[in-house]
Amino acid sequence: MSVDTTHISFANGLLVAALGVSVVFAVLVLLMGIIKVQTIVVEALEGKNKESAPEPAAPAAPAAPAAPAKVAKGSCGGIALHDVPDATAAMVMAIVADELQTPLNELRFISIREVK
Amino acid sequence: MDFIGAIFSNLGEQTGFGTLATMGGVDAIKQIIMIAISCVLLYLGIVKKFEPLLLVGIAFGMLLTNLPGSGIYHPELWYASGSANVDWGAVLHDGGFLDILYLGVKLGIYPSLIFAGVGAMTDFGPMMANPKSMLLGAAAQLGVYVAMLGAIALGFTGPEAASIGIIGGADGPTAIWLTKTLAPHLLGPIAIAAYSYMALIPLIQPPIMRLLTTEKMRKVKMEQLRPVSQTEKILFPIVVTIVTCLILPSVASLLGCLMLGNLWKECGVTDRLSDTAQNALMNIVTIFLGISVGATATAAQFLSLQTIEIIVMGLTAFAFATAGGLLIGDLMYFLTGGKINPLIGSAGVSAVPMAARVSQVEGQKWNPSNFLLMHAMGPNVSGVIGSAVAAGFLLAVFGG
Repeated sequence: MSVDTTHISFANGLLVAALGVSVVFAVLVLLMGIIKVQTIVVEALEGKNKESAPEPAAPAAPAAPAAPAKVAKGSCGGIALHDVPDATAAMVMAIVADELQTPLNELRFISIREVK
Repeated sequence: MDFIGAIFSNLGEQTGFGTLATMGGVDAIKQIIMIAISCVLLYLGIVKKFEPLLLVGIAFGMLLTNLPGSGIYHPELWYASGSANVDWGAVLHDGGFLDILYLGVKLGIYPSLIFAGVGAMTDFGPMMANPKSMLLGAAAQLGVYVAMLGAIALGFTGPEAASIGIIGGADGPTAIWLTKTLAPHLLGPIAIAAYSYMALIPLIQPPIMRLLTTEKMRKVKMEQLRPVSQTEKILFPIVVTIVTCLILPSVASLLGCLMLGNLWKECGVTDRLSDTAQNALMNIVTIFLGISVGATATAAQFLSLQTIEIIVMGLTAFAFATAGGLLIGDLMYFLTGGKINPLIGSAGVSAVPMAARVSQVEGQKWNPSNFLLMHAMGPNVSGVIGSAVAAGFLLAVFGG
């Protein structure tokens, strides 16, 4: 059935708008559900894999002290985080760099502490 | 002596000044106004930094196409006498430099390639960590439909109204992708409105955010998001492509490229392609897209009452899109017992990452220890999918 959508009345426009909003919600709600199911399945599978992985053998001799981690080029070294997760710290540093209009590798962060 | 005089006379007639003199009167004034408008847009892009990567190209394309006698873009080849059919042979035979570049717009190649780059730059992790945030991205598409209704009320045809409405998706490539099919004659003003308002998001959104939320809501501190595994991130683009394109096949080129770019980023075995999509490809396509979209803003098309109406409806679209996201944010605040900060709702308008940054800045004004950025990225990237779905729906309805 062909419909003339070129010269559309306001009332038909309202119908199209209502249908359009419904379609957008329906698709995104469907994706939301799929993401939730996907998360449950992936977590279950990854949990199973971790459980079935063999325990690492105990070291026969005390391990040699680990070499210090390589520091990225331009980095000024470590940072002390107090009650702040890594992701939040990274975000804070990115925001500060953006606000100061200065590349991140030209800034030095000594510590980040959550103000409670 | 007559010979030399004739040469000078011919040269004089072939200059832009000669062409302007031949045009005379109103047409000449219109050309001059368009040159002035393109210079204003260049100023906004370069000095005020309004989406400069695209606006500078758009403004310069507009300048080139409006220089009398340049002959590098021929609108009559693309939409002659209202016909929807393009004579491709004539385009290749008679087209100028910008006509050839415009092929990428007309065939929907540039917006899709830009989306591949956007996908390669986007982390869907925050959205996957909090899937409920997708509701905010869906609600923010309200602006698309409100502006579409407004445009119908103003007397625009259905396809034109749909193209104007998609400005509310706050997504330039999506707006161009839909408009090139439904209303190519409005591409110039719609693209300029879309990109200008995207640049103005830090000015448009905060008053609406304050109007639709209480101080208590704005101070809400949200819980840390869970980490998302690599497997989930790899599966996501594949699943979204299959599901969305089965429901709305018309959106396959746009959303498919977005998800392909994201898969390059996340799968871990195509770093080179991801890097190319994010940088080299994105930059090249941005150059082509900007200049060819700007070229469509000819005096005859641009200097009309319609352009002013499009600009007004574009602002309406952005305002209602912001309000839609915020209102669902308010609802989620009540339903979760105050665990959701509704300020993240305004980020559902797409415009990645500008809208999310506005949520972050506004949230910190009310609670300096509040970091909403990652929480706002969820609705922000959902908005990209939402606006693509809205565009696909409008294309399915009005493009048939």
